[in-house]
Amino acid sequence: MSVYLLRRLIQALGVVLVMSLIVFIGVFAIGDPVEILISPDADQIERERAIVALGLDKPLWLQYLSFLGNALRGDLGRSFVFNEPALQLILNRMPATLELAFGAMFLALLVGLPLGLYAGLKPNSPVSKGIMAGSILGFSLPTFWVGLMLIMVFAVQLGWLPSTGRGETREILGMRWSFLTRDGLAHMAMPALNLALFKISLVIRLTRAGVRETMLMDYVKFARAKGLSPARVTFVHVFKNILIPVVTVVGLELGSTIAFSVVTESVFAWPGMGKLIIDSINVLDRPVIVAYLMIIVLMFITINLVVDLTYSVLDPRVRLEGK
Amino acid sequence: MKMLQKVAVAAAFGVFAVASAQAQTLTIAVGAPVTSLDPHYHQLSPNNAAADMIFDRLVNTDERSRQEPGLALEWRAVEPTVWEFKLRPNVRFQNGSAFTAEDVAFTLGRLPNVPNSPSSFAAYSRPIQRIEIVDPLTIRFHTAEPYPLLPLDMTNVRILDRETHERSTTEDFNAGRAAIGTGPFRVVSHRMGDRIELERNDTYWGERPAYARVNYRMVTNDAARTAALLAGDVDLIDQVPTSDLARLRQDQRVSISERVGLRLIFIGLDHLRAANENSPFITDNNGQPLGRNPLQDVRVRRALSMAIDRRAIVDRVMEGAAVPAGQFLPEGTYGFVPNLPPVAFDADGARRLLAEAGYPQGFRITLSSPNDRYINDARIAQAVGQMWTRIGVRTAVDAQPWTTFVARAGRADTSAHLIGWGSNPDGSHPLRNILATVSRDRGWGSSNRGRYSNQQVDALLLQSLSELNEERREELVIQAQRIAAEDVGVIPLHIQTNIWATRRGIAYNARADELTLAQDARPAAAR
Repeated sequence: MSVYLLRRLIQALGVVLVMSLIVFIGVFAIGDPVEILISPDADQIERERAIVALGLDKPLWLQYLSFLGNALRGDLGRSFVFNEPALQLILNRMPATLELAFGAMFLALLVGLPLGLYAGLKPNSPVSKGIMAGSILGFSLPTFWVGLMLIMVFAVQLGWLPSTGRGETREILGMRWSFLTRDGLAHMAMPALNLALFKISLVIRLTRAGVRETMLMDYVKFARAKGLSPARVTFVHVFKNILIPVVTVVGLELGSTIAFSVVTESVFAWPGMGKLIIDSINVLDRPVIVAYLMIIVLMFITINLVVDLTYSVLDPRVRLEGK
Repeated sequence: MKMLQKVAVAAAFGVFAVASAQAQTLTIAVGAPVTSLDPHYHQLSPNNAAADMIFDRLVNTDERSRQEPGLALEWRAVEPTVWEFKLRPNVRFQNGSAFTAEDVAFTLGRLPNVPNSPSSFAAYSRPIQRIEIVDPLTIRFHTAEPYPLLPLDMTNVRILDRETHERSTTEDFNAGRAAIGTGPFRVVSHRMGDRIELERNDTYWGERPAYARVNYRMVTNDAARTAALLAGDVDLIDQVPTSDLARLRQDQRVSISERVGLRLIFIGLDHLRAANENSPFITDNNGQPLGRNPLQDVRVRRALSMAIDRRAIVDRVMEGAAVPAGQFLPEGTYGFVPNLPPVAFDADGARRLLAEAGYPQGFRITLSSPNDRYINDARIAQAVGQMWTRIGVRTAVDAQPWTTFVARAGRADTSAHLIGWGSNPDGSHPLRNILATVSRDRGWGSSNRGRYSNQQVDALLLQSLSELNEERREELVIQAQRIAAEDVGVIPLHIQTNIWATRRGIAYNARADELTLAQDARPAAAR
């Protein structure tokens, strides 16, 4: 087990290293941050000063090496735009994104699992067909459009929910969370639903497919023949077996929700990390882009690890060492 | 009688309650994020807007960008190389510290010394060689040469307090600790990229702001900003998208405030390649190199300008939120060139000029453009492309994100590019940055991406930059701009109109300089 963990850790470091190199070269290839950040009427002397101030006067490989040196000491550089440590900037925005992503995931499971189970158990009922048709909509409608429609209906027309922003927050462990206040929850409802819509559909479809497949298995037939109650068959024998694909997908989806909820965050002016990264890309704020992607890589690796560990709990046949 | 009194009192209270509830908090949603509360860290419009609510300048600018007394009451050049500023007495910073000439000297000393600044304010203190404090309310700036633009420069410098800010870092400002000025509002809290909460500075020397508290929120998505206004979550939005404009004008819940701005959208042309060289994105009609740069012929440049129907672009692409332009500045600004209207649309005349220049069959050109920088930028480029194609100059439009576009334009890696320029309200500003020959020593041509160069223009500009007589200086600035316009150094398209939308019942005094300032909003009834 510990050998396994160690190997995963070393893999993670390798990926992070490659990632940072790609981003360094990528940002260098896109353009010149000074061109973008500097006031258009700044003269040549001022431009040269800014290039030196941002450390862009040195050759790229030297910039990269000094970045690596600093990174080993936990310093991922200072944002060009904000003049604050990139890591701190990202961590400040993280709670907003985390609570939104977990809120969306929670909604997806809360709604998706029961509906998927129902559709799987009674595939021919009109309700199931309605659920499946609805899930197609959830897949195919663009997040952007749905977000704006939610705002138009619930904020502009009905006036039930606030249109944008994060609302009132409460501080816990030095971080601000909005799910602890009524106002915060009201602000969170629409963006979380918006993010969840795609995932609800995904969970419905996965669950339904799993149930349909499992119901035909011999052990289910045997359990039924043994006279077990339908509830026990469904919730113990079937449910546990369909969870493996659901856990995998939900884990990966959670990662991408945290990392790339850019669209929802910008439509709802939600001050999270997604908004930060897109703003940073627009102005080529390299320290923030690099730090962000490194954090995301680490997060994905962690999530994958957790998913693998969950397998071994759900299915005793899965052995971690054997992989 | 008693009954009547009671009713009157109740009524008065009722009215008062409504009025004060209205006049308490103003919520603003702005489209561009403020990235720092340090007024000298990053020369960027949204940051300047935030700074202008908290701090003051020696010379302020009004809604039409005309200079007016700020922390200085009057200023004049006592000698050709000495400017004297008389400061406003009895002004205090929000922490009670008194404002004196020492603070001005301290501020100018800080400008070049803000660490890691990506775009500093150092250029505004560079012409000043020595600062002389005559008395606590009189300060003199000694320059190496006569320098008429010093008051204009001072409209860009927000004044700090020596006692308070001697050791303040950019982080101290961002955290709100050090964001202490003499301005109309004080900072209550700042959440980077999300919102700034302000409250009225009751000891402000100038006109008292109408709202006691201000919530200055950043909502970068255009549609979300409009929706927030319609939902009643915010009272005032800026950068109203042109696509929503027609609908909002009809909406009973909303009022629109607008003013012609200072930002010209224009087309820069390749002046770098000589007449006998190939321009990188120009070919003949078969895609072969031309062997010459047609843009070096003023007749071709004029033809390209005449081929553009500016009225159509303004009406259809910009939905009316712009005015056709023949020069950088709008009427009423310093250095506006009289009798220089936008070039009239004349496709036949353009074809004749092309034939005269030796291109009866036209040629092919690529028009480069950003697609995320200016209002409707890529769509304007497409419209221009169609109009050019109609006179035989077959045009391909290459629209890219600003990050990649600006790097290419900076290397002069275009033949024609669409770009914008937000001027300071002084004709010398676009002249120096766009139309003057690129020169490191003079600091000229910093945004002259087409590398336009005209000795006459340079000579007049040079002369104007040491002319202290304002009338003669304006004369020179006008003359230089007129020559550049007749030479078609760039092709002006239109000047954008700045648009704000408010909840009905609130009036915003629209500004030419695009800044969104809480002190410019008040209940409509009060006007």
